[in-house]
Amino acid sequence: MTATRPAPPWLTAAGLLVAAAAVLPAAYLFFVVAGDLGDALADALTSRTAGILARTLGLAAAVTATAVAIALPVGWLTVRTDLPGRRVWAVLCTLPLVIPSYVGAYLFVAALGPNGMLQDALGVERLPSIYGFGGAWLVLSLFTYPLVLLPLRGALRRIDPQLEDAARAMGRGPLAVFRTVVMPQLWPVLAAGGLLVALYVVSDFGAVSLLRFDSFTREIYVAYKSSFDRTAAASLGAVLVLVMFGLLLLSSRLRSAKVVHRLGPGALRPARPYRLGRWRWPALAFCAVVVSVAFLLPVAVLLYWASEGISTGSTSLSRAAALGGNSFLVSAGAAALGAVAALAVAALAVRHPSRLSGLVERASHAGYALPGILVALALVFFATRLAPPLYQTTSLLVIGLTIHYLPLAIGPIAAALLQVSPRIEEAARGLGRSRADVFRTVTAPLARGGVLAGAALVFLHAMKELPATLILAPLGFETLATDIWTQTSFGFYEASAIPALLLLAVAAIPVFLLSERGAAVP
Amino acid sequence: MKELLRQRRHPLAVATLTAALALSGCGFDTESSGGGPGEPGTDGITLYSGRIPAAIGGAVDRYEAAADRDVSVRYADTADLAATLVEEGDASPADAFFAQEPGAIGAVADAGLLTRLSADILAMVPARYRDPRGRWVGVTGRARVIAYNREAVRRAELPPSPFGLTAPEWRGRVGWAPASDSMQEYVTALRGRYGDERTREWLEAMIANDAVDFPDNVAIRDAIARGEIDAGLINHYYVAQAIAAEGEDYPVEVYFAPEGLGSLMLLTSVGVLDSSERKAEALEFVRSLLEAPSQEFFTTSSKEYPLARGAEPDPSLRVPLAEIPNVSGELVELEQLQATIELMQEAGAL
Repeated sequence: MTATRPAPPWLTAAGLLVAAAAVLPAAYLFFVVAGDLGDALADALTSRTAGILARTLGLAAAVTATAVAIALPVGWLTVRTDLPGRRVWAVLCTLPLVIPSYVGAYLFVAALGPNGMLQDALGVERLPSIYGFGGAWLVLSLFTYPLVLLPLRGALRRIDPQLEDAARAMGRGPLAVFRTVVMPQLWPVLAAGGLLVALYVVSDFGAVSLLRFDSFTREIYVAYKSSFDRTAAASLGAVLVLVMFGLLLLSSRLRSAKVVHRLGPGALRPARPYRLGRWRWPALAFCAVVVSVAFLLPVAVLLYWASEGISTGSTSLSRAAALGGNSFLVSAGAAALGAVAALAVAALAVRHPSRLSGLVERASHAGYALPGILVALALVFFATRLAPPLYQTTSLLVIGLTIHYLPLAIGPIAAALLQVSPRIEEAARGLGRSRADVFRTVTAPLARGGVLAGAALVFLHAMKELPATLILAPLGFETLATDIWTQTSFGFYEASAIPALLLLAVAAIPVFLLSERGAAVP
Repeated sequence: MKELLRQRRHPLAVATLTAALALSGCGFDTESSGGGPGEPGTDGITLYSGRIPAAIGGAVDRYEAAADRDVSVRYADTADLAATLVEEGDASPADAFFAQEPGAIGAVADAGLLTRLSADILAMVPARYRDPRGRWVGVTGRARVIAYNREAVRRAELPPSPFGLTAPEWRGRVGWAPASDSMQEYVTALRGRYGDERTREWLEAMIANDAVDFPDNVAIRDAIARGEIDAGLINHYYVAQAIAAEGEDYPVEVYFAPEGLGSLMLLTSVGVLDSSERKAEALEFVRSLLEAPSQEFFTTSSKEYPLARGAEPDPSLRVPLAEIPNVSGELVELEQLQATIELMQEAGAL
């Protein structure tokens, strides 16, 4: 990233269009508080809400740190070592991502909560409480660490082993090599993944409300649920947008202007795996514990409910399959749209850094920091006024989900682009290709690991999304997530197990695809 | 270089993404059963329902069959739907709104979005179960009760009010679910009636008396049935559902305490949107919800109290509506939930 060239106009235009769509939810909030933003913020930020904001940020920090602490060893073990069954572990350790955090939270409450399954099984009087900060920390960490792991594994595969070999040849030990050679190359993805986790925690409502952690989103919910005070809810939402910008700044500091692409000529040589030797037993145990708690435990509870539910009559398999089709269609639409939009934003930000492209990238994150219901209400607001034919169509739902989850795709794509040397692009230009051609034939294919990872993340989250889907979907359009909601909100936990398991199955497709593909990437 | 330029893409992934993008670009809109929303001239009506399909399906089906008219339903959280209606304003495709909780429909009415219901509809429901200004009517009622295990507790031992559950003889025997919506609505009502100080004292006394914490109403009921606790604060229909499923031998009974809001009735309610272009049909739908067969569906399926005049509660509801103490007389204002949660946190219940 030595020479910064002005971006081609079509790319700038595309980036601006994406950014304009992404700021719609924020624009809606500012419209509702209409002019009196200062006053509204002052009203919103009482000493009490400031305290709740601080606690929410504390939770975000704790979850982010834990997610990195889980993802870093798992990623390194499954990519760079001779861990037995590492490809299987790679898939298994990514799978917790397919469990919606609201489903995960109620499964944990059922299993570990007061008078839950574990307490019944142990026959004890009382367990340490699952509620509050501790429970929210545990559940959110377990279901968000793959957001760091997925891009991290991609980055680890793209690392040039020659640097490590050189460092080792000069006498550095393995730990020193990791610290001084590997880690600097991982900071961009760790920062990007960590940002996604932190923003997820800040905007999550389902899990924290079930686990009774009084988070900022709950404050927003209470504001419009109890008093139906739009202005209060909107000004609290505006606070979240500001928080999001703060986290973005922090994250971009961590990955500021690092040269992480290879400078030398030639193809990437596959890295020789580290031999774990005796350490493979604790390594295996670590992976096994992570998979058991974050994936097998919730799935076991679902299977138990499913076996109970089959006898009492639940969502039929054929109906579940139709719901799965709807979920797939909408999620794939959001994934495709999100990948294209994120590619434009990331190419602009990475290849043509400028004030404008920085602004476009930051603006594109605006929809992710907000709870889904606020994103949905914003689209209701704009669509009914500006684009009535679009209202209550699947297209609007796809657009809404894309706006909500766009940053999930931007992170991995930007990280992938950072690892592609601009010199290859320059060489292609030198060979007479147009800029658009270079982008299409060089940049996009080289970044395709990142693009697919980004699309997969959007797909997974769109699949799990609930509040915006309930509001934006066309009448009568049901998905697996809405069916789970229908069943659980009436206490039919057994009946929800089959759609929930099917949701996990469909969501697991991109996870498998990515991990399988991973083996073939140089 | 050549190698880099000629990398094969993953065919399946690329095909999927391309197809999906093409589909979403064209707008692969599904036909809703009742014709396009907001288009006058089509025959169906559109309902926004804060109640799930299982809770209203039978009544909707009956209307569709009787009126030969489709009902398209958007199901979502009641509060979310209320917020959506406010954002949609006059452009709302909804003709009617069925609310699960009382606060939401009041907010929609206060935003000027509900039309006044016709006199014949209002006359179908006793005055205490409808909006004084006639913009919505209650359809069913959910009562807060004390549930108890009849093998462990005699009816005469139960206090006349939930406030009595803080007495020493109830130490460690009572379950509650402070995190549940219904408990929080109940505490909101207590604050309205008795003030914050008295309510906080009660919450603290309950905790001091070792009230057992449960995640939800169902867990309380099941713990009472297993004999782990002897009584609990829950909604009446959870017990009725179990009686209907398990038979008359089911050991849990409900008790409508006459004091201390011990049998507070929370209403589910319905209103018609002022912006609707099919008001006559929507009013006909509301009327049908209050007719005997639909009221019977509601009480049979969900075990809630039917509120229309002359409607018979399900046999598993052993206490007739008329015998439930009229604890409030006025409708409960539930606009203070935030303050309630704060109060419950200060008292240590949350």
